[in-house]
Amino acid sequence: MALKEILNEARSRWMDGQGTDSDIVISSRIRVARNLTNLPFPHLLNQEQAERVIYAVKAAVEKRSLKEKIGVLELTRLNELTPVERQILVEKHLISPDLLEDYQKKAVVLRDDEVISIMINEEDHLRIQCLLPGLQLKEAWELIDRLDDELEAALDYAFDERLGYLTACPTNVGTGLRASVMLHLPGLVLVKQIKNVLSAVAKLGLTVRGLYGEGTEASGNLFQVSNQVTLGLTEEDIITNLLSVTRQLIAQERSARAALLKESREQLEDRVGRAYGLLKHSRLMSSEEAMRLFSDLRLGIDMGLIKKIPSSLVNELIVLTRPAFLMKTLGKDLTPFERDVYRSQLIRKKLSAAQQM
Amino acid sequence: MECERCHERPATVHLTEIINNQKRTMRLCEQCAREVQAESLGFLPQMNLHSFLASLLHNEFGAPAFGQAVVPERARCSACGITEAQFAKRGLLGCADCYHNFGDRLEPVLRRIHGTNRHTGKVPRRTGGKVRVASQIERLKAKLREAISREEFEQAAQLRDKIRELEKQL
Repeated sequence: MALKEILNEARSRWMDGQGTDSDIVISSRIRVARNLTNLPFPHLLNQEQAERVIYAVKAAVEKRSLKEKIGVLELTRLNELTPVERQILVEKHLISPDLLEDYQKKAVVLRDDEVISIMINEEDHLRIQCLLPGLQLKEAWELIDRLDDELEAALDYAFDERLGYLTACPTNVGTGLRASVMLHLPGLVLVKQIKNVLSAVAKLGLTVRGLYGEGTEASGNLFQVSNQVTLGLTEEDIITNLLSVTRQLIAQERSARAALLKESREQLEDRVGRAYGLLKHSRLMSSEEAMRLFSDLRLGIDMGLIKKIPSSLVNELIVLTRPAFLMKTLGKDLTPFERDVYRSQLIRKKLSAAQQM
Repeated sequence: MECERCHERPATVHLTEIINNQKRTMRLCEQCAREVQAESLGFLPQMNLHSFLASLLHNEFGAPAFGQAVVPERARCSACGITEAQFAKRGLLGCADCYHNFGDRLEPVLRRIHGTNRHTGKVPRRTGGKVRVASQIERLKAKLREAISREEFEQAAQLRDKIRELEKQL
């Protein structure tokens, strides 16, 4: 089963470090919200109605023309998975934490390379998502656009001439499109410019969030920037706007990094070296500390201060060392203390294996 | 016993808070206890979009209109049965028809969120029909104006022909 493989594998396509500007842009994501006509929005669905949505989507993704154009998509109901397996899908960014609530009514569709996922009965009947490594917003939109056309051939979407695609929350109405990029901005944090830069971004109609989406804090200097407005702009406008702001952020981050290297090389090398040392030698590692050190390590790799370790390994470690993934790997429940022990073991093992290559 | 906050993990911590002489004890798991303590120390988690929207809507929907003493009872979606008050509380509409049934009340909310109330993006291929063609024409006309302003008349002529072709379909 493809899904079982996905759950056992920490690597996802979005982590492979490919794509343009992948030293700063970890990943690009586009999602669109779609609803079916003649059924209430998910939060009002009873079990029987929820099943109807799931069946309709299942039939749509199994159509031959969709398979030919998009690839094989597999639908899994959330109640077929264990709690740990469900949590892993969140840790890999394939589904949102909200999909775990009331999971009897929910399902997820995945392509085996994990680039495409569809959440069923989350806040909207369908949340179609594409996640690619590096700065690839246009590529992600092209894929979503084609998939959406194929789905629409089989599903009756709730669409209004004036308001566009109708969504449960009025903040998504219109295009239903949310485009976002995950940025690693340690340079701007270190030169203490991050607040200024992010407040400028907010003035341009974009939102900044932490690693795991809405309501989460920024950890490991990772920031998620996305569009706020979904109505009154075309999909291309929204994406172009985010793309040009992202290019600005990349330029700012690069000049911050260059300044650090020029003005305070010793401090920077010290910081990176300390992070590397702690990751290689400590015996207890909390996930907060790990995230902070991974950020320093990645900065060292991107700036050429650390050779031998690929930045894709850091991406993989971020997922591998999350609580649910650790428990999955070890095949048992772990207390936070035990997790800290195994986390540090795993990091040491992975880093020394990479060094010997 | 399960954690009072996440209802997932077992409760292992008893957290006692005293706020304004009111004592409150919570049975929490380790993770939630840490989060709750962080909150009480002033590290508030980012505001949730729904709760923010809900408070915005509360002014528009839940509260009495300016100069009125009570909220009028009229508003209930005839399709899904959700009331204005329920919408104001959760920030989520009940069904696609709510957009029509709460139309005039939603209008200012949409303007406030998006700055507009008109969709200009994608139109579904199969069910969009004429709307799709009309919006395609709108986009081509914008391109035509651009081409003329750049004095690229050859391209402009091509665009004009395409627009005429599409207009026949309406």
